[in-house]
Amino acid sequence: MMTKYDYPSVGETLWRSTLENGLRLSVITKPGYTRCFAMFAANYGGADRRFRLGGEYIDTPAGVAHFLEHKMFDMPEGDNAMTLLASNGAQPNAFTSSGMTAYYFESTEGFYENLETLLRFVSTPYFTPESVQKERGIIGQEIRMCEDNPDYVVYDELMRCLYAHNPIRDSVAGTVESIAEITPETLYSCHKIFYNPSNMCLCVAGDVDPQRVENAARRILPAEAGEVPGRDYGAAEDALPVRPRFRRAMEVSAPQFILGAKLDAEKSGGALLRQKLVGSLALNYLFSQSSPFYNRLYQQGLLNTDFSAGMDHCAGTLTVMAGGESREPERVFAEALAELDAAVKNGLDAALFSRALKASYGSRIRALSSFAGLCSSMAEAEFGGYNCLDSFSVMESVTAAETLEFIKSQLRPERFAMSVIDPVGRGEGA
Amino acid sequence: MEITRTQLLPGVWLSCLETDKFKSDCISISLLTELDRETISKNALLPRVLARGTVSYPAMDALAAACDELYGARVLPIVRKKGEMLCMGFYAGFIADRFTPDGERLLEPVCQLLGELLLHPATRGGLLRRDYVESEKQKLIEDIRARVNDKRDYALFRACEEMCAYEAYACDDMGSESGAEDVGYVELTRYYHDLLQSCPIEIFYCGSASPARVSAALNEALSTLPRGELDCELGTDIRLNSVEAEPRFFTEELDVTQGKLVLGFRMGECMDEPNFAALRVFNALYGGCVTSKLFMNVREKLSLCYYASSFVDRLKGVMFVSSGIEFGNFDSAKLEILAQLDAVRTGDFTDEELNSARRAMVSDLRSMTDSPGALEDFYLTQALLGLDYGPADMALLCGEVTREDILSVAAGTELDTVYFLRAPKCDEEAETEDDD
Repeated sequence: MMTKYDYPSVGETLWRSTLENGLRLSVITKPGYTRCFAMFAANYGGADRRFRLGGEYIDTPAGVAHFLEHKMFDMPEGDNAMTLLASNGAQPNAFTSSGMTAYYFESTEGFYENLETLLRFVSTPYFTPESVQKERGIIGQEIRMCEDNPDYVVYDELMRCLYAHNPIRDSVAGTVESIAEITPETLYSCHKIFYNPSNMCLCVAGDVDPQRVENAARRILPAEAGEVPGRDYGAAEDALPVRPRFRRAMEVSAPQFILGAKLDAEKSGGALLRQKLVGSLALNYLFSQSSPFYNRLYQQGLLNTDFSAGMDHCAGTLTVMAGGESREPERVFAEALAELDAAVKNGLDAALFSRALKASYGSRIRALSSFAGLCSSMAEAEFGGYNCLDSFSVMESVTAAETLEFIKSQLRPERFAMSVIDPVGRGEGA
Repeated sequence: MEITRTQLLPGVWLSCLETDKFKSDCISISLLTELDRETISKNALLPRVLARGTVSYPAMDALAAACDELYGARVLPIVRKKGEMLCMGFYAGFIADRFTPDGERLLEPVCQLLGELLLHPATRGGLLRRDYVESEKQKLIEDIRARVNDKRDYALFRACEEMCAYEAYACDDMGSESGAEDVGYVELTRYYHDLLQSCPIEIFYCGSASPARVSAALNEALSTLPRGELDCELGTDIRLNSVEAEPRFFTEELDVTQGKLVLGFRMGECMDEPNFAALRVFNALYGGCVTSKLFMNVREKLSLCYYASSFVDRLKGVMFVSSGIEFGNFDSAKLEILAQLDAVRTGDFTDEELNSARRAMVSDLRSMTDSPGALEDFYLTQALLGLDYGPADMALLCGEVTREDILSVAAGTELDTVYFLRAPKCDEEAETEDDD
C-alpha cells in the first residue's frame, strides 16, 4: 500500500512505499496533465568503483556504470528497448552521473505498458562480446566529444584540483583506455550487484494511479531483496584542495572558469535536506544574478549572463561551484573570496536575505512543473533518505543566522580552487 | 484550453491561453522584424540594452530586486530567428497568484515591468545610455565569439552561413562581430523609436487570468506605445533548389579531437505548399528521433558516430544533418547519411518505422500542452504563419501522415552543402592523401 502525503499549500500529493524486495517507490500525481514521466534509477554512479560485497572488496575500471547504461537497452530477443518504447509512443533516455544511473521515459499514451517495458529491460541484463565491442566505438566517440567540450573539461579539472583520491575526480564515462578493460562479465556482475531492487527506486510524475504503479513494480521485479553493496570512496579527504589552480588552452573564445570548494557533507536524512536548502540559499544570496556581487562584476565587464553557482552532494562529498566566462578569472576569484569575507565580517543584509527567500520560494514552485526535474529530485531524495516535498516546510524555519553560519563554517577561503580554460594562444600561463 | 486572439492596439495582437493547469504563468512580448544583415546587430542588441535599466529601475540590480520581490519572476530579453523573420522582446515567467503566500496578484506588476522595459528605458539627454550600449555591445561580441565553444552548434551555424551565403537566412540571431562593433548609441536610439512605431507586435499569455484581465493589464502597461505606419511585409524567401548543380564543400580546421560533419539540404518542391505535419514526420523518420534511420544505422549499427540527427526548418525549407565522427570516417559517414536519405526517398522503410516516427511527433506535440514555454513558442510560430490551430490539432494531423506524404516530401530533397570541421591534418595524413 502506498502512503499518501498531502501538500495543500503547494497543491501537490506525494505517494511513497517500500516494497518487500526493498524497492523504493515515489509518485507525484498530476491531475489534468497529458504526459507522464517515469524514472527507474539505481544508486550506482561513476564514482562507485570500489565496493564491498559479502565481506570482499571488488575494484572496477572507470566508466562501468556509464557503459552499463548504454548496454542495458539491448534485450535478449534481439529487441532494443529504446525502439520498443519509442514505437509505443514513449520518449526514452538515460543518464549516468557520478552518483546515479537513471533510465526514464516520457509518454502521452500507453503509460502502464511503457512502465512495464522500462522495469523489464532495466532488470534484464543481456550482453555479448560483439555488442560490448561495438559499444566501445560509440562510447569512445562520446569521450572524444567531451574532450572537445570546454564545459566538461573545466568541470573535470576542478574536481581534480579539489579531490585527492575520491573517484568523483574521474570523468563518469571513463577514458578510452579504462573502457578497453570492460568485458561482458564486468557488466553482468555490476548489474547483479547494483541493479537489485534494494539499491533502486522508481519515481513517477503524471496523471496516474499510484496503486497501478506499485502493482506493476511488484509483478515485474524480482521478489527477493538483495544486498546493498557498501562503497569505498577511499580515506576521508583533507579539507584543502590538492592544488589551487588548473589552466589549459583550448579552442574557446574567452577564458572559461569554475571556482569551487569541497565542504563537509551531511550524509542523509533531514540533515542532508536542510544542508542542501541552506547551502543553495547561501549561494543565491552571495552569487545569484540578483546579488550585488554579480551586478558589480557584470558592470565591470568581468562576468556575463553565463555565470551561475550551485552545489552537488555525491559519493559522500559536497562540492560548491560557481563559474562562467570571464576575461579575468583571477579577479573574479579574488572578488568572490572578498565577498565571503565581507559577509562574515558584516553579517547578512536583512532586505537582501528576505528577497533571496522570496526568489527561492518562487523557483521551487516553478520547479514543480518540470516532471523530469521532479523525478530526479525524488530519486535523490529516496537515495538520500528524505522526503523531497518537505523542502517547503523546512525552508520556513531557515534563518539568516543559520545561512550565515553555513558561510562562516563551510565557505572558507582556503578551501577554494579554480579551473580555467584559456583561449589558444591567449593564456596567461602560455 | 482555447486560444483567444484580440487586437489590443493597431498591429499589437494578444493570444491568450486561459488555464488553471500550471503553477506558473508566462507572458511574452515579441517585436517582429525581418531578418536582415543590415539590422540584425541593432535588433540583437536592443533587448539587451533595454534590460539594463528603466526609468523606475535605472540599473540591473534594481531590476533584479524588483523581480525577486515578485517571487523570483524571471524576465529575460529574448531574440529568436524564425525562418527569415526575427522576433525580439521579453519573456516573463512567474508563479500563479494562487501560490503567492499572501494572495498577491503578480500579473499586473509583471505587465507593468514589461511595459517599462519596452517603453521607458533609462536614458541620458533623451538617448539610450551610452555606457549601457557600449557594455552590451561588448557582451554581444563575447557571445558571438563564444559560438566556437560548442563545436556541435558552431558547425551547424557555419554550415548554414556557407550554404545560405546569398540569403538573409545566413544570419543567426546575434549577427556578426563587425556588425555589432558598428552600432552607435545615437543610431540605436533612433532605430528603437522607429521600430516601436512600425513593427507588428505579438503578445502571448498562458495562465489562470482571464483574457479580459490580461488585456486590461497590458493596455495600461502599453498605453504610451506609439503606433505609426506598420511594416507588415514579413516573410521568408524559400529557395527550392541547391545553389549549384553539384554539392559545395567547405572544410574548416580547429584544434579538435572529434570531427563535426554537417550536410545541408534544400527540401525542394514540397515547399510550394508545405504540409507541415508531413515535414515533421519525415524528419522524425529520417533523423529526428531515436528510432530514426540515422540513429539506428549510422550510430547504432555502424558505430560511425556518437550522434547523427536531422533538423528541418519548416519555415525556410532547409534541412541539416549533423554528426560527430572520427576524422577518418568522413567518407563512410557521409555515404551512409546519404544512403539513409535514399532509403526514405525510395520508400525503403517499414510501417513500424513510419509508425514510430508518427507517434514520436504526436507525443512531442501533445507534451507541449503541458508546458507554458513550449506553448508560447508554438503559438508564436503559428502567428507568423497566419495559422491558428494548436499543438493538439497538429498532433492529429501528424497521426494521419501516410507513406505517400513522406515520399512526396523526400522526393525533392537535394544536397546543397557539405561542411566538415576537423583538426589540422598531420603530415602523415596529408602524404597519404597526396598519394591518392
